[in-house]
Amino acid sequence: MSIEFDSNPKFADYSNPEVLVSSEWLSQNLNSEGLVVVESDEDVLLYEVGHIPGAVKIDWHTDLNDPITRDYVSDESFAKLLGSKGISRDTTVVIYGDKSNWWASYALWVFKLFGHPDVRLLDGGRDKWIAEGRELTKEVPAISEIEYPVVKRDDSTLRAFRDDVLKHFGNPLIDVRSAEEYSGERTHMPAYPEEGALRGGHIPSAASVPWAKAVAEDSSFKSRAELEAVYLDGAGLKKGDNVIAYCRIGERSSHTWFVLNYLLGFENVRNYDGSWTEWGSLVGVPIVKGSEPGRAPAPKVA
Amino acid sequence: MPIETTSGLIEDFQSIGVKDRLNLLLEFSENLPTLPSRYLDHPDLLERVEECQSPIYLFVEVTDGHVYLFFTAPEESPTTRGFASILHSVMDGLSVEDTLNFDDDFPSKIGLAEAVSPLRIRGMRGMMARIKRQVSEKK
Repeated sequence: MSIEFDSNPKFADYSNPEVLVSSEWLSQNLNSEGLVVVESDEDVLLYEVGHIPGAVKIDWHTDLNDPITRDYVSDESFAKLLGSKGISRDTTVVIYGDKSNWWASYALWVFKLFGHPDVRLLDGGRDKWIAEGRELTKEVPAISEIEYPVVKRDDSTLRAFRDDVLKHFGNPLIDVRSAEEYSGERTHMPAYPEEGALRGGHIPSAASVPWAKAVAEDSSFKSRAELEAVYLDGAGLKKGDNVIAYCRIGERSSHTWFVLNYLLGFENVRNYDGSWTEWGSLVGVPIVKGSEPGRAPAPKVA
Repeated sequence: MPIETTSGLIEDFQSIGVKDRLNLLLEFSENLPTLPSRYLDHPDLLERVEECQSPIYLFVEVTDGHVYLFFTAPEESPTTRGFASILHSVMDGLSVEDTLNFDDDFPSKIGLAEAVSPLRIRGMRGMMARIKRQVSEKK
């Protein structure tokens, strides 16, 4: 049984208002049966500093990524992880985190790769909760481990691989990194090699829309009208477009994926998690340097 | 002299489980010394460590052949503060020579990579590289 949705009028304008909850809603529903709150941060220690009462921690580095292969955890490991956090397949999960939910969106995207039915974001994340003076605790909840079924991860719907990008040319790509990363300028630091990718620049034809353009000053999502100004008027996306978003390793682009998919209702949006750390080191693929998107090469035919 | 030896610190981290290493890192984070007022009033003197996703700034003083370290990072970035505090505890007060010869692989030896991930450890390497560079410019 999923828990009632937040009927906040701000959310009603979005295509899928049920994927967001407000801090007010969460504080009223914290003790609801069937709800688990998950904190997922860039900074691995923030949960220990203090978290929303009853919240559990899931870290994307140490929990959601496979320690050996560059991939997400296996179906079995995901089931074990969620069971260990007291989450069952019909639990309503609310995820929140630092940096305007950047990592929380990433965790939500991984939950969706495994098809978890009811997972929502706390609008504004950790920062807004704290700014409103709401309660934090250092107390880690006692959890009794429960059964989460082993579900096969679906990599075909929400996730793009490099070959999908090669076939995608001619359709919109959104690069959500900073302007300096997009243009390929890099600050070469003495005694520190440039790392992450062997080339700087962006995928040809990608529009530059830094992820934070979707975020208001209080860390919550901008209104629907403001988001349309950024992505439709600004980046030229049109209803029905097939879109791939990417960043450096797929974290910031999960945030944009969330916005396009749930808030603006694009039904065919994928996150290319290989992102620039893969593309910028791949042998033989085209890239563009500078601030212009550049022309899309012909799509690769399978 | 630094307040901790590298071998002592490595031993402290290696002797406990992965979860406790996070708590120890948090303790370091909470004990990062605050900046003296001469830097608080002159944030322009500090150098930003770009390898960290969180903003951290550092400054190095060389006095009578010894190296003194100053860091500042926001409270919302406890991991970065923890890394800075660890480096402060093993490097602050070292001689110029010992600083320049300081083991570049130290961040890998404290067992934090398993607890916080190898990617995050890069931030500590970035701080070390900048400390050494500033020292070689100022010695």
